[in-house]
Amino acid sequence: MMRFNLRIVCTASLVLALALFPVILEGQSFYIGVLSRAMILSIAALSLNLILGYGNMISFGHAAYIGIGAYTVGIFAYYEIYDGFIQWPVGLAVSAVVALIFGAISLRTKGVYFIMITLALTQMLYFLGVSVDEYGADDGLVIDIRSEFGGYVDLENRVTLYYTIFVILLATIAGMHRLINSRFGMVIRGSRSNEARMRALGYPVDRYKLTAFVIAGVICGLAGLLLGNYTNFVNPDMMHWTRSGELIFMVVLGGMGSVFGPVFGAIAFLLLEEFLSDLTVHWQIIFGPFLILVVLFARGGIDSLLARGGRGHD
Amino acid sequence: MTWALLLEQFLNGFQLGVLLFLLAAGLTLVFGIMDLVNLAHGSLYMVGAFICATLTELTGSFGWGVLLALPATMAVGVIVEMTALRTLYARDHLDQVLATFGLILFFNELTRIVWGPEGMVIPLPAWLDGNVEILPGVHYPTFRMLIIAVGLGVAAALYVLVVKTRTGMLIRAGASNRAMIGALGVNIKTLFTAIFGLGAALAGLAGMMAGPIIEVSTGMGEEILILAFVVIVIGGIGSIRGAFIAALIVGLIDTMGRSFLDVLLSAAMSASAAETAAPALSAMLVYILMATVLFFRPQGLFPPHGRQ
Amino acid sequence: MTFKKLSAGLVAVLALAAVPVQGGTVKIGFVTTLTTPAGVIGRDMRDAVNLALEDIGNKMGGLDVEMIFEDDGFKPEIGKQKTDKLVQKDNVDFVAGYIWSHVLLASRKSVLDAGKFLISSNAGPSQLAGKLCNKNFFSTSWQNDQTPMAMGEVLNQRGVKSLYVIAPNYAAGKNMVSGVQRAFKGKIVGKDLTKWPGQLDFSAELAKARAAKPDGVFIFYPGKAGGAFMKQYQQAGLDKTIPLYSVFTVDSISLPKFQKANMSGVMGSFMTQFWAPDLDTPQNKKFVAGFRKKYGRYPSFYAAQSYDTVFLIKSAVDAVNGNLKDMDGMRAAMEKADFPSVRGKFTYGNNHFPIQNFYLREVVKDSDGNWTTATRGVVLKNHQDTYAKLCKM
Repeated sequence: MMRFNLRIVCTASLVLALALFPVILEGQSFYIGVLSRAMILSIAALSLNLILGYGNMISFGHAAYIGIGAYTVGIFAYYEIYDGFIQWPVGLAVSAVVALIFGAISLRTKGVYFIMITLALTQMLYFLGVSVDEYGADDGLVIDIRSEFGGYVDLENRVTLYYTIFVILLATIAGMHRLINSRFGMVIRGSRSNEARMRALGYPVDRYKLTAFVIAGVICGLAGLLLGNYTNFVNPDMMHWTRSGELIFMVVLGGMGSVFGPVFGAIAFLLLEEFLSDLTVHWQIIFGPFLILVVLFARGGIDSLLARGGRGHD
Repeated sequence: MTWALLLEQFLNGFQLGVLLFLLAAGLTLVFGIMDLVNLAHGSLYMVGAFICATLTELTGSFGWGVLLALPATMAVGVIVEMTALRTLYARDHLDQVLATFGLILFFNELTRIVWGPEGMVIPLPAWLDGNVEILPGVHYPTFRMLIIAVGLGVAAALYVLVVKTRTGMLIRAGASNRAMIGALGVNIKTLFTAIFGLGAALAGLAGMMAGPIIEVSTGMGEEILILAFVVIVIGGIGSIRGAFIAALIVGLIDTMGRSFLDVLLSAAMSASAAETAAPALSAMLVYILMATVLFFRPQGLFPPHGRQ
Repeated sequence: MTFKKLSAGLVAVLALAAVPVQGGTVKIGFVTTLTTPAGVIGRDMRDAVNLALEDIGNKMGGLDVEMIFEDDGFKPEIGKQKTDKLVQKDNVDFVAGYIWSHVLLASRKSVLDAGKFLISSNAGPSQLAGKLCNKNFFSTSWQNDQTPMAMGEVLNQRGVKSLYVIAPNYAAGKNMVSGVQRAFKGKIVGKDLTKWPGQLDFSAELAKARAAKPDGVFIFYPGKAGGAFMKQYQQAGLDKTIPLYSVFTVDSISLPKFQKANMSGVMGSFMTQFWAPDLDTPQNKKFVAGFRKKYGRYPSFYAAQSYDTVFLIKSAVDAVNGNLKDMDGMRAAMEKADFPSVRGKFTYGNNHFPIQNFYLREVVKDSDGNWTTATRGVVLKNHQDTYAKLCKM
């Protein structure tokens, strides 16, 4: 009797499809582009899932790190430094430092105060971006040449960029999985269900949370580096709090606190946006209630729907 | 820099504060008593403004437009509460944020479909469209004086309601300890609906007051919503007094910042650097203020008694 | 069972991705803003394009025209995505439109790298006029700095000695300010850059302007911010004491709204533009009359530029008799600017931006009682933008 686990089958199919897509759809550069973007946002959603899904830290400021990553590529390109071996480590380092500072400030608060502080901090970065004329301000920066890696990886090639993102996505999923199931991950998940108990057990919960915040920030910064390369463009809008809201929604849609959920969520969100906006100019009047319905009835997200669907077949 | 300018800017800041208070009062009540994070509060502000614009056009009078639009907006609020929001009381804040965010999208598109994408203008009667000479040589727009008067009037009325009436007592009790008022036999459902309706009317009133100045358009709620949240966070969630004081502080700081920051900065740095830094800094000022308050007093300036 | 579903899905995707065969059609992609409050501008542009297609019988060089409109949602990222779709999926021959400079800058690589023609029907960023000029890029509008420079010239001619400047704090706003500063010979007694797009209440800035007692106030507030500013200017009583000079704030889209709200403060204010509805050229007369007849309102300058875009493209396709593979032929035809333009005869600079006149316009009431603008004279004749010399073409 074959054990039918819908969730695993879907996950595996998706990974397989993503791996083979450029081969099957040779020459369809438009769709390769759409999926590249979907995968980049999946990476960002995965990073947010660490603190939101597992740690219940509702950060409305996560889009800031996408901005930091993308602007790193942009600013270096502005000064005609295209070397990825310089750009990327700097981008990750800056993300880490900013996440450390923002996290230290924000984690002093809880609940809606935490939401407001994270929102405020990201808005400040946004206003900073809008004011600095040199780096394009509101118009943003156009990135004419993508990060160069000494001839080993040519990101100018669409397919190469696609597979680079794909590999990084797989690495992120694997890394998240290990992190969540490590002792560190246990503490984070434990503090989500009962923080007082974790403290009573002697864990320095605040330090763990801050570490998780920084890790999430760095991975999201990586997504930003990729996004800057993919779009050949960066502007302050990428850091606006509404973009953070979209990321939160991707995590919820995919299934909070599940390893693969954010990937489902990001892809579903983008496909839905694409599909609906093709349908009608007034797509938001459908999208809005859809969000509400998801929150009310499908709270566990796609991941839990799959799990439930699969179990029915046993 | 003259005294006339200083006075005018002070009035501007005060007027902005009073407008923010109208919006923040409803928000803090709903959040404080019903523990509901309602991002769609800005949508009620917008809907109130649109309804008032249409009614003003139909009746030909701004006064009637406002008087009729107030109960209409309250009705919209009550309908929304009874259909969409009741299920959210039991949910956690994240669910509320997401669901009410969905409401924002819905309302924005709805207003676009009903009223068209161009937005509307609310024409004022001639006597409101001019300015008064409050001191010799100092002119101030009449309508802005009206906003200040209305805002202060509402603040006074709310004070009487909250401090001197039985409903107000229930409100204060609910802000401190929600479970208790249920245990004391008060019909929670009706109370919540009533409070939400009141909040909706206040938000709508804010929209109707702002409309003649800034024009009514889709999405007008989002910008001011963030500011309203900042106000209630600074003031202390659930406290109307906190909302009033915080709103005035935020209004004054925002306006004074816009007015005098470039002058202040150019004393410390070169003119062109000040030119770039001033707009950026004045936009950030309110957020910096909020972060500072939260750093020293995480529960806000005037949290209701009994809340931690 | 799932594998069947999977393969069925893959087949469906492949079918969707199949490229349609190119027949006797010329495909043009038009990127503009159709959602958000700024969608009124996109609507004007789309209406103008559709009118133009009607006027040319939907044919260019013997080919049928397929026009694909895409919405950029006022965001560069979405604009770029839609541009990618037009170039890579729909395989268009021309990409046109673009209201906003930042959307155009973000999208240009997708078009130019693919070797297609890119035509801007509005945005005029200095980069594309200078360093980043490209042989396949053409503009049917202007370069951002030109219109405020014309205003600076107007101020000089009218003897304005002191000016207070208020504009939004984003790239186009700063362009407008630097444009007027470059041409204006008097003193700028105050400058306020307001928060964009959020700030709609200008009480603080108006108070400062009043206190500075300038000869004039210069503003740039496109969209709904313009209406809000005008209202407050009037309420503060400033419309009676300090003349208002604006660029891209008062136009045929905002004037009907102002008229409905009886904002008489706008009447008699001045602006500069390369075009006005009453400009006396045969093409413009035909365009404005046709637009008013079909849509019941005056066209804006956005519409005028979009109308010209269609005719520019037509001149290229006509010149090569529909042989779309002859890029050099089409380019040479466009460079001649040999098509009936609403602004009259003009030439292209080396950077493919128009060298054209700029006029002073005043808000007036027309014979039917509608508020519109009337031309009051030429301010700059055959003016070329200042960035052309940075273009190495």
